[in-house]
Amino acid sequence: MSATVDTALDNNTQSDHEHHGPAKGIARWLFTTNHKDIGSMYLWFSFAMFLLGGCMALTIRAELFQPGLQLIEPEFFNQMTTLHGLIMVFGAVMPAFVGLANWLIPMMVGAPDMALPRMNNWSFWILPFAFALLVSTLFMEGGAPNFGWTFYAPLSTTYAPDTVTYFIFGVHMMGVSSIMGAINVIATILNMRAPGMTLMKMPLFVWTWLITAFLLIAVMPVLAGVVTMMLMDVHFGTSFFNAAGGGDPVMFQHIFWFFGHPEVYIMILPAFGVVSQIIPTFSRKPLFGYHSMVYAVGSIAILSFIVWAHHMFTVGMPLFGELFFMYATMLIAVPTGVKVFNWIATMFRGSLTFEAPMLFSIAFVVLFTIGGFSGLMLAIAPSDFQYHDTYFVVAHFHYVLVPGAIFGIFAAVYYWLPKWCGNMYDEALAKWHFWLSFVGMNLAFFPMHFLGLAGMPRRIPDYALQFADFNSISTVGAFLFGATQLLFLYLVIKTIRSGEKATDQVWEGAEGLEWTIPSPAPYHTFSTPPEVK
Amino acid sequence: MAQEKSHNKTVYKLLFAVIGMFAFGFALVPLYDVFCEITGINGKTQGRYEVTDAKVLEVDESREVRVQFITHNNENMPWEFRPVVAEIKVHPGELTSVDFYAKNTTSRTMTAQAVPSLSPSRGVDYFHKTECFCFNQQKLEAQEEVLMPLRFVVDKALPDELKVLTLSYTLFDQKNPDQASSGELPMTFTINEQSVATR
Repeated sequence: MSATVDTALDNNTQSDHEHHGPAKGIARWLFTTNHKDIGSMYLWFSFAMFLLGGCMALTIRAELFQPGLQLIEPEFFNQMTTLHGLIMVFGAVMPAFVGLANWLIPMMVGAPDMALPRMNNWSFWILPFAFALLVSTLFMEGGAPNFGWTFYAPLSTTYAPDTVTYFIFGVHMMGVSSIMGAINVIATILNMRAPGMTLMKMPLFVWTWLITAFLLIAVMPVLAGVVTMMLMDVHFGTSFFNAAGGGDPVMFQHIFWFFGHPEVYIMILPAFGVVSQIIPTFSRKPLFGYHSMVYAVGSIAILSFIVWAHHMFTVGMPLFGELFFMYATMLIAVPTGVKVFNWIATMFRGSLTFEAPMLFSIAFVVLFTIGGFSGLMLAIAPSDFQYHDTYFVVAHFHYVLVPGAIFGIFAAVYYWLPKWCGNMYDEALAKWHFWLSFVGMNLAFFPMHFLGLAGMPRRIPDYALQFADFNSISTVGAFLFGATQLLFLYLVIKTIRSGEKATDQVWEGAEGLEWTIPSPAPYHTFSTPPEVK
Repeated sequence: MAQEKSHNKTVYKLLFAVIGMFAFGFALVPLYDVFCEITGINGKTQGRYEVTDAKVLEVDESREVRVQFITHNNENMPWEFRPVVAEIKVHPGELTSVDFYAKNTTSRTMTAQAVPSLSPSRGVDYFHKTECFCFNQQKLEAQEEVLMPLRFVVDKALPDELKVLTLSYTLFDQKNPDQASSGELPMTFTINEQSVATR
């Protein structure tokens, strides 16, 4: 390992540790600038938030097990739906993908570390404080934010609890963290690729993250802007969203969804990348249509900026607006269809094996497609008036986020865990984890389609009697899915502590720079750039 | 080091993009107003209409348009506020006057601003107000009452299928537009004044 490259790129104050590996004790984690350490912290933090947000989801499901008010007050129910959404989006899914990016991008492009290691440390350590700020509102007078994760004004301004200010600053901090992470990813990918690694030779995970990072740069500042306007409306007497002062509440929705729609692609594109790495490996065939995959991701990203108002078909848009946003939204199905086609074509006549990463990836392709189809149904403006704000919407976005983003993350963890910690995971337990998650998740979310079509509104703690059966099935599924994740925690800890030693390549069909280095990956890799042919 | 230099360049560019997008978020506010004004999407009616062409006032006896008036008080606005007539039938091109009644029911002097909105919003371009109490603020002493005039003419170019126009007024307490959200001293920012003044 070349010391000169290390100290130059990783110029932290503890340069004496560079040659020997990590520092000891808590200081290692507080001051680390190592992309692998930071990646691990992101992943652990994300898992903690996943469990916390999951507990809130289970609180919601427990209340909805039967009609009537059993366990919690409606006010608290609203706080749970709000925090569940915010924590899962900003605390679980996004940090998990940043963690994967930290671990994998430098190893995949042959770089010794991320481009800006100290900023990397900072962008992680902001997060625990941001979420402490957000979650602490639960214990304050007036309670936590209760206006839904979409925080529509004036619910989040005029009628908000006082804790809305904590929420606003929490979102600011999450935004700063994401933006710094995105800058880091872009700088790493654009400037630190190994010689010979042209853009069109990059693994798809790297490509999807590059595009995701640009989306983050484009829309996180808009989110920061909209919460800043809220802050000014609440505390400084402005009237951005207050009709009484000449503002417009509908404008809030426009600005929010201008951020919000690209945001949903931020949460799914890296999962596309993960699946595009895994399916070829376990099909023992190269990815079908690499170039079209890259262009499809690019088109999805660009289209994501012109479809935002499909979230607000019912606000009273002119016919032209409804038509424009309807057709633009449907257009996204084209590049997405290209991707699904390519994944299936990759598997076609492949020599398939079904290890846990592959199981999660295949489930991803099937179930994400279901979520895509219900998205198309919602995109049809005239029928959206029926589905709007019902459980059909809840079913739709949970189908793209749980078996989409979350299964993508599980697949990635199983796929690269042997490379990270040097041990193979317990395949039998992993299959249990997969099948229980698969059954639990479908049991939890599939009945929601029927509930929504039958007219059950979302975000309510009580409901009419005819919805009782599907709701109780859904609750059983949710608890099954939730409990199964403790098995995942056990499995990961077990793999880190013991297990069969993994080979360098780990998987028979795996290709890419990360499989050329030893398992577990040494603390510093590619201090001398590899040559890519 | 060469590598670090190129990182700086990338980072500066990206930071510039971040600041630009933050500014764009705020730029959406005036852009949104301009967009709504051009397209008339959200029913914002236009300002005072000057009759420059006598043809506008040639009455088209062949059809009638129903014009309905509705009023709302913004929350915490205690005034009494209602149209004297709720509905009137007019011919396009006919200059019509109606009155709205307002009474300050409190024991202090207050200033109010009425904000109009027309439905369906396609009718906005064909509903001309030559005089409207909504062009000014209303200042009433305690318990004072007033009849406020509106003079309008419906354009003959009004599409045939529009047979009913509904004009809605919402009355706002101008001194304290934000009273619902906080007990703090109200401050009026230029952004409010400009957008109110254009009505």
